[in-house]
Amino acid sequence: MTSTHSLHLWLLPLVPFAGFLVNALLGRRFPRALVTAVALIATLIPFLQVLGIASQFSSLSLPHLEQFGTWIAAGSFHADFTFALDQLTLVMLLVVTGVGFLIHLYSAGYMAHEDGYWRFFAYLNLFMFFMLTLVLAENYLLMFVGWEGVGLASYLLIGFYYTRDSAANAGKKAFVVNRVGDFGFLLAMFLFIAHFGTLSFSSIFSQITAHPELHGGFLTAIALCLVLGATGKSAQIPLYTWLPDAMEGPTPVSALIHAATMVTAGVYMVARTHVLFDRSPLALSTVAIIGTATAFFAATVALVQTDIKRVLAYSTISQLGYMFLACGVAAYSSGVFHLVTHAFFKALLFLAAGSVIHALSGEQDMRVMGGLRKKIPVTFWTMTMAVFAISGLPPLAGFVSKDEILYHAFTAPGPGKLLWFVGLFTAFLTSFYMFRLWYLTFFGENRAEKAAAHAHTPASSHHAEVDEHHHAIHESPWIMLGPLAILAVLSVIGGWMGWPEGLGGGNWFGHFLAPALASQHVAEAGSNSLEVTLALISTLVALAGWFLAHLFYFAKPELPEKLSVSLRAFYNLLLNKYWIDELYGAVVIAPVLFLSRFVLKGLIDTGVINGGSYAAAYTTQGMGAIVQRLQSGNIRSYAGWLALGAAGLLLLTYFGFGAHLSLR
Amino acid sequence: MTANFQLLRILPEVILTIAGVLIMLIEPLLGHSTSRKPLGWFAVLSVFASLAASFAQLGMAAGTAYYGVIQTDAFSVFFHVLIALIVLVSLLVTIDTANANTESLGELFALMVFGAVGMMLMTSATELLLVFIGLEISSISTYIMAGFRRKNVKSTESSLKYFLLGSFATAFFLYGIALIFGATGTTDINAIASQLGTSAVPMFATIGLGMILIGLGFKVSAAPFHVWTPDAYEGAPSPVVGLMSTAPKAAAFAVLLRIVYVAFPALHAHWQPLLWLMAAFSMTIGNLGALRQQNVKRMLAYSSIAHAGYLLVAFTALSTDGIAAASFYAMSYAAMNVGIFAVVSHASGYDERLSLISDYRGLAYRSPLLGGALGFFLISLIGIPFTGGFFGKFYVFASALHSGMVWLTIIGLVNSGIAAFYYLRLLASAYSKPTNNALLDPMPRASFALLLALVITISGTLILGIVPGQILAMSHNAAVSLTSGIANPAPSATHQ
Amino acid sequence: MHSQNYFWNYLPLMMQIIVAVGLGCSMVTMSWLIGRHRKSSVKLAAYECGVPAEGDARGRFSVRFYMVAMLFILFDVEAVFMLPWAVIYRRLPAITGSRMFGFWEMLVYLGFVLVGFFYIWKKGILDWAQDKGDL
Repeated sequence: MTSTHSLHLWLLPLVPFAGFLVNALLGRRFPRALVTAVALIATLIPFLQVLGIASQFSSLSLPHLEQFGTWIAAGSFHADFTFALDQLTLVMLLVVTGVGFLIHLYSAGYMAHEDGYWRFFAYLNLFMFFMLTLVLAENYLLMFVGWEGVGLASYLLIGFYYTRDSAANAGKKAFVVNRVGDFGFLLAMFLFIAHFGTLSFSSIFSQITAHPELHGGFLTAIALCLVLGATGKSAQIPLYTWLPDAMEGPTPVSALIHAATMVTAGVYMVARTHVLFDRSPLALSTVAIIGTATAFFAATVALVQTDIKRVLAYSTISQLGYMFLACGVAAYSSGVFHLVTHAFFKALLFLAAGSVIHALSGEQDMRVMGGLRKKIPVTFWTMTMAVFAISGLPPLAGFVSKDEILYHAFTAPGPGKLLWFVGLFTAFLTSFYMFRLWYLTFFGENRAEKAAAHAHTPASSHHAEVDEHHHAIHESPWIMLGPLAILAVLSVIGGWMGWPEGLGGGNWFGHFLAPALASQHVAEAGSNSLEVTLALISTLVALAGWFLAHLFYFAKPELPEKLSVSLRAFYNLLLNKYWIDELYGAVVIAPVLFLSRFVLKGLIDTGVINGGSYAAAYTTQGMGAIVQRLQSGNIRSYAGWLALGAAGLLLLTYFGFGAHLSLR
Repeated sequence: MTANFQLLRILPEVILTIAGVLIMLIEPLLGHSTSRKPLGWFAVLSVFASLAASFAQLGMAAGTAYYGVIQTDAFSVFFHVLIALIVLVSLLVTIDTANANTESLGELFALMVFGAVGMMLMTSATELLLVFIGLEISSISTYIMAGFRRKNVKSTESSLKYFLLGSFATAFFLYGIALIFGATGTTDINAIASQLGTSAVPMFATIGLGMILIGLGFKVSAAPFHVWTPDAYEGAPSPVVGLMSTAPKAAAFAVLLRIVYVAFPALHAHWQPLLWLMAAFSMTIGNLGALRQQNVKRMLAYSSIAHAGYLLVAFTALSTDGIAAASFYAMSYAAMNVGIFAVVSHASGYDERLSLISDYRGLAYRSPLLGGALGFFLISLIGIPFTGGFFGKFYVFASALHSGMVWLTIIGLVNSGIAAFYYLRLLASAYSKPTNNALLDPMPRASFALLLALVITISGTLILGIVPGQILAMSHNAAVSLTSGIANPAPSATHQ
Repeated sequence: MHSQNYFWNYLPLMMQIIVAVGLGCSMVTMSWLIGRHRKSSVKLAAYECGVPAEGDARGRFSVRFYMVAMLFILFDVEAVFMLPWAVIYRRLPAITGSRMFGFWEMLVYLGFVLVGFFYIWKKGILDWAQDKGDL
């Protein structure tokens, strides 16, 4: 299958890896300019290479495989270092390297005054390495390497960059929640090995296609395991809780990892595995339902958040829900299309939010923003493009891709109409909360100035800091604004490549992906008039959200306050994110900790209960202490446990399983 | 077969014995203040020689020596090499860690070498009594090493507890041998399988096997025979813990593999569910126990219990893949665990200045090298791909699921998820800024010995994760050589 | 080859164990049931062959006693190993197929014993006079 001329795909991940090594090992001694240069070049080269590949793409025989050696050969099972290139990969590569490079560029400005500059860029490059590995992998094992690697990089970037404990905890939470997802992914891999004897995409998919009679059954089990993995990485119900906390990381990280690339890995994986999902209606509907529910649920939470980055985080979860919905109705290319446009406008939103935060010297609370339109005009205009795009106003990118998903949901068999309706309502909410953010941040009067003018009393140092800097609200440097401008343009025109046929376009994007994502599902044939009608409805809905936000946060700013009072219970429910974190704490974490205590207390492990204090007391006493300890029943109880275990084991040996070897 | 040729079969042990005896002869002749480190380097050289001898055995045809009590094959060589490497690194770490407070350091080197002899004998012995002698040689060396900081109460306590409970467990092992002899009339592992069919009292053999499982379960600290582990590890000197948490376990696992797969494949209906239970309990108790630990060494002790559980999962697979996975896992666990104890040893020193997780705050700032190494080994212990820790687990669970052990695989995966939590605590502590200025003193400079130890363990962990092909092939050959001699294999032991 | 027979072989042993245990238990219980209990201070004092007890029973001995006792046992056991070797020595060439094999084996063994002896000697364990506080 390998085409005659090699594209040197191995260079794609290895160049960022080299950048990581250089910065990690030597960056401490480098001047900042050199660190920046290394990191930027290490991402620019892959981007240029991808562009080069794209330019000769039509002459390749697809999928284009490149094997670099055998990784594992154990008995009958083996896995290779193989990279594959097809249409889906190319799209992902363009997004990852393109958006990735822009965000690297932006970071050079954003992080200019921070400590640990070299570490930050080393980790970013490490992330690029793993992300590219994930996308290029031709088997699940290699994909899992990238899958875990991006999680690791995300952990490092969330938790390690700041020395705050909350950041460290957020990083840990992200990691541990993702482990739950990995559980599914690993189990799926083991099941693949058990049933197909291989983890290679091409060989698994060809085995499935070769057996048309395979349907449901263990395929569903595998697919559901993969879905669990995807919900972890892509922050879907039930494993979404880590993403809002992950906002502790620096804003460029949120843009790159927690909006544009890593969190879409789950969608990519489902799309990549579509051959399997097509055979399992149950798994597909699970994906659709999870997606729809997450989209709606996260959007409601986003309505009341006051931290600008958290609004965007919940919005990301919600938009990822749309992508899942698309996959769930077997409209994989629509899901990937939304993935692409979302990468543009959500990265832009985060970067613009970062620019706002930068301008306000670290303030993230929208309640003390406002009136920034004139002060940071470039940020304002670029963010406006993103807000319009995500809200689904035609003809921007978000409209095209979201509308396509809703259209496919509407025409899907089964509960498609219900999914469509919830999706539509979520679109309304999306438009509302995005315009809320827009108005709160850029319009009205500057509430920080107002607060500062009132008094110098605010207790929180936050405010004091803002107070100090408020007159220094400044537009960001061009190295940050450049990426914003490019992404703004992409947010506007990015959707045109997939303009649906029903609306007079060619849907070039869908046709391009078709060979890689050919679905066996045939949706009800929709008519052009239906598509036009649906598009019209979603436009109206988006406008309604805008109008309502205008009413609430511009025309009559006292309304939200009143509403939150009259709907106190509901408001609190949303504000506390449905108490899901608390629920998980009570249902999952508390029992584990209880069990842990039980294990230790039950086995008389005094070491943990008294911690270090007893150790310190110990060393000062002489031999008497040992005797005491030995006589305190400790060693006897140990021996007792040992004897008990031995007795149990012998009884089991003899009676439990040995019934057929009778004593006679 | 000539005597010289037979000697080749135990050449690695012979080399180490001679080296150990020489060290013991020189040690008392040295003055009180003379540095013992050259003795350590001599021990290192002898381990290298022993490694070479082990590899040379690969060139010979598999076979027995000395009236069939010793058998060298790919399996024994695999574990010989593993044990030699562990002891090598432990020696280096000891050389690095020892300071002026260390008394009679030469004894420690000699004990490590003697311990290695015992462990090596265990892996190549096919006579249960010789296994027992190897077990005792290795155990007694370890008991003494655990109490080597004689002035330290916790060290003495550790040694005493380990010794008392250890002898208790060894008694089970010995009694098991006696019962098996009573049932089959032989203590030759290779002959037991065929004698079992004609035994008048198969019940004795079953109970004897159960007793052997108890004795070895204690040695590998598998639940419910794990209670001694945290106390023993907490008090023993860190370089010794690195050794005793890996090498004797590897040897005991090798013996267990040989006994259950070569001698008792026919009784697999008895031992497989037992090992299933032990694996599930070990993983769960180990991880839950580690979750709340404040003391780093206790945490790692519980983590080692959990890892013993993962390894036992491979036993239940009843296939050559399972044996290979167990062997491979023993190696990858050894690489990362000895490595992390090298870091712990150097960071806390011979006097163990650091013991709690909070003491490790800011380690990465005090010494980027140690911080980086610690992070790397923790990542491997968590099981992130491209490290030996990931691939070891992957292989173990893949083989278990392949044999239909669905629930055990699920329990194991859930456990490895929980495990991330406590490893990350240590990692986060090492990388956060210290609150206490006293913890900001730079670390003592890393010696050449430590660097060598870290290079070996880190590259080992990476090789096992990135290019495991060679080692996988070795472990697979080991598994095949183990099962090929089976007269009456378990029904599922042959399928792959 | 019937396992029933196998266990029946040991019936006398079983009976003897039952009788022995029963006798011991019954003697203690009977004296406790039948005997009179008068608890005076003299009766409850430790019994030391009729003379009044002096000091604490848990006296401490120098660790050196234990060391020597332990070494004695070690070398004793090591010496005992030579006995079966000596008994079978003449037949060893026939058994091992090599004329001198048994001889060399014992020499190696004795070598190890000697090394151990040398070691404890040089470490000063056998030196009673010298004060080794750290022992």
